[in-house]
Amino acid sequence: MLVCSALVLMMTGPGLALFYGGLVRRKNVLSTLMHSFAMMGVVTVIWGVVGFSLAFGPGTSFIGNLQHLFLHGVGAAPDPDYAGTIPLQTFMVYQLMFAIITPALISGAFAERMKFSGMLLFLSLWSLIIYSPMAHMVWGKGGLLNASLGGRFPCLDFAGGTVVHITSGVSALMCALYLGKRKDYPLEQLPPHSVVLSFIGACMLWVGWFGFNAGSALSAGSLATSAFVATHFAAAAAALSWMAAEWIHEGHPSALGGISGAVAGLVAITPAAGFVGPMSALLIGLIAGPICYLMVAKVKVAFGYDDSLDAFGVHGVGGTLGAILTGVFASHYVNPMFKDAQGNVTGSGLFDGNAHQLLNQFAGVAIAWILAAVGTLILLKIVDVTVGLRVTQEQEVLGLDLTQHGQEGYSVD
Amino acid sequence: MTKLEAVIQPTKLDAVKTALIAIGIDGLTVLEARGHGRQKGHTEFYRGREYSVDLLPKIKLEIVLRDERVDEVVKAIIGASQTGKIGDGKIFLSRIDEAIRIRNEERGNDAL
Repeated sequence: MLVCSALVLMMTGPGLALFYGGLVRRKNVLSTLMHSFAMMGVVTVIWGVVGFSLAFGPGTSFIGNLQHLFLHGVGAAPDPDYAGTIPLQTFMVYQLMFAIITPALISGAFAERMKFSGMLLFLSLWSLIIYSPMAHMVWGKGGLLNASLGGRFPCLDFAGGTVVHITSGVSALMCALYLGKRKDYPLEQLPPHSVVLSFIGACMLWVGWFGFNAGSALSAGSLATSAFVATHFAAAAAALSWMAAEWIHEGHPSALGGISGAVAGLVAITPAAGFVGPMSALLIGLIAGPICYLMVAKVKVAFGYDDSLDAFGVHGVGGTLGAILTGVFASHYVNPMFKDAQGNVTGSGLFDGNAHQLLNQFAGVAIAWILAAVGTLILLKIVDVTVGLRVTQEQEVLGLDLTQHGQEGYSVD
Repeated sequence: MTKLEAVIQPTKLDAVKTALIAIGIDGLTVLEARGHGRQKGHTEFYRGREYSVDLLPKIKLEIVLRDERVDEVVKAIIGASQTGKIGDGKIFLSRIDEAIRIRNEERGNDAL
């Protein structure tokens, strides 16, 4: 579990940092890296002080209480409701890495035009007001959507399709709409300054995702293996299917397409990883690739919003797709989740004889969408009128590395 | 003294350098440039968006020569870089008012 925690942190730094960093222009590379890196610092503090308690403390159906304020009671003893074989502190630090990467994902939507101070305030509040409640509802004791602990609408979300990807993806869309387009978009050409950096970052994401998904089994064993395998198969299938879609549509399969496809597959399998078999995982990946590709290449362009690094297109849409497909492909053979009144195991998903589960999946998806959309708009407004969100036009032209951080990513010497 | 500026294809740089060394020219400045004459560029695709790239990579050479050597240097460069196709490049010649060696402040042809 400690290794998995380290892997998930690596997904943020440098995985996501490089993936996003390579996609922006040279003059903004440091700023983009800093969006991810800042979360490593800021969210850690917030989580340690109160975020963990709000997410995983007992409380209401919607939010935990302050029992674990300042990590009180989070020590060597396991909490059997969550993970009976590891210290609660291990569980806490593992979950922390999820809390770190989720807001970092949103930065893809406001890259190249967000004030650093505004970003810090916005994402700090986001972690408290959107991440902790959503994590509580799906994974916390008494959570409304918690499938393991008797939630009212048990939503199957193994590693965070709703908690991490839908919330961050939808939030990203709201940011893109609220902040508006980059000054040069879409008339000027804004190609990635280093697909090489993005490639390195994406491969780190793939490897790190084993910690994200397999680690969500919370102990080594057959379920962790199953989740590991499903994760890998979905990534591979989606990389291929995105490249195939590109090949047909544009005439070339590209490196950026391959890695984007892999990420889309990893996003889509995140809620399903511990509930589906390898062949279902392949299908989920095969479906996710072209759908996310079309979102990014056609739908985004048609609607005209500037989701700079496709946070919504890949995470929001991929996560939604994955959460719904979990309801289709989840199998009790992989992971028995539900029992009937007599204590016999019943089906998990649609193909497993449980069509009703799709409704619960939709409930989770809907709540994630609404919480993220409404919450984000409110937070954006608050930050806009206090600290400010967007840099000035001159700052945007000069570049955020110089204007926000006083440094250049690459110097001539 | 004549300044010779040559814009050539990057792939021809090694051949031109070799040809210049062979005739005893050892002072040379090389710049990485982008540009085009009548050569067309290409399109690249990133996540479904088309980008036209019409500023192609070029190499620019700058050499300041004694007037007597200009013709043989022009011949050497053309010999090493000509392919007969569009995109071969161009050579420009201009007059230089003075040249000074920084090390010992020699001037004129002695500084070249």
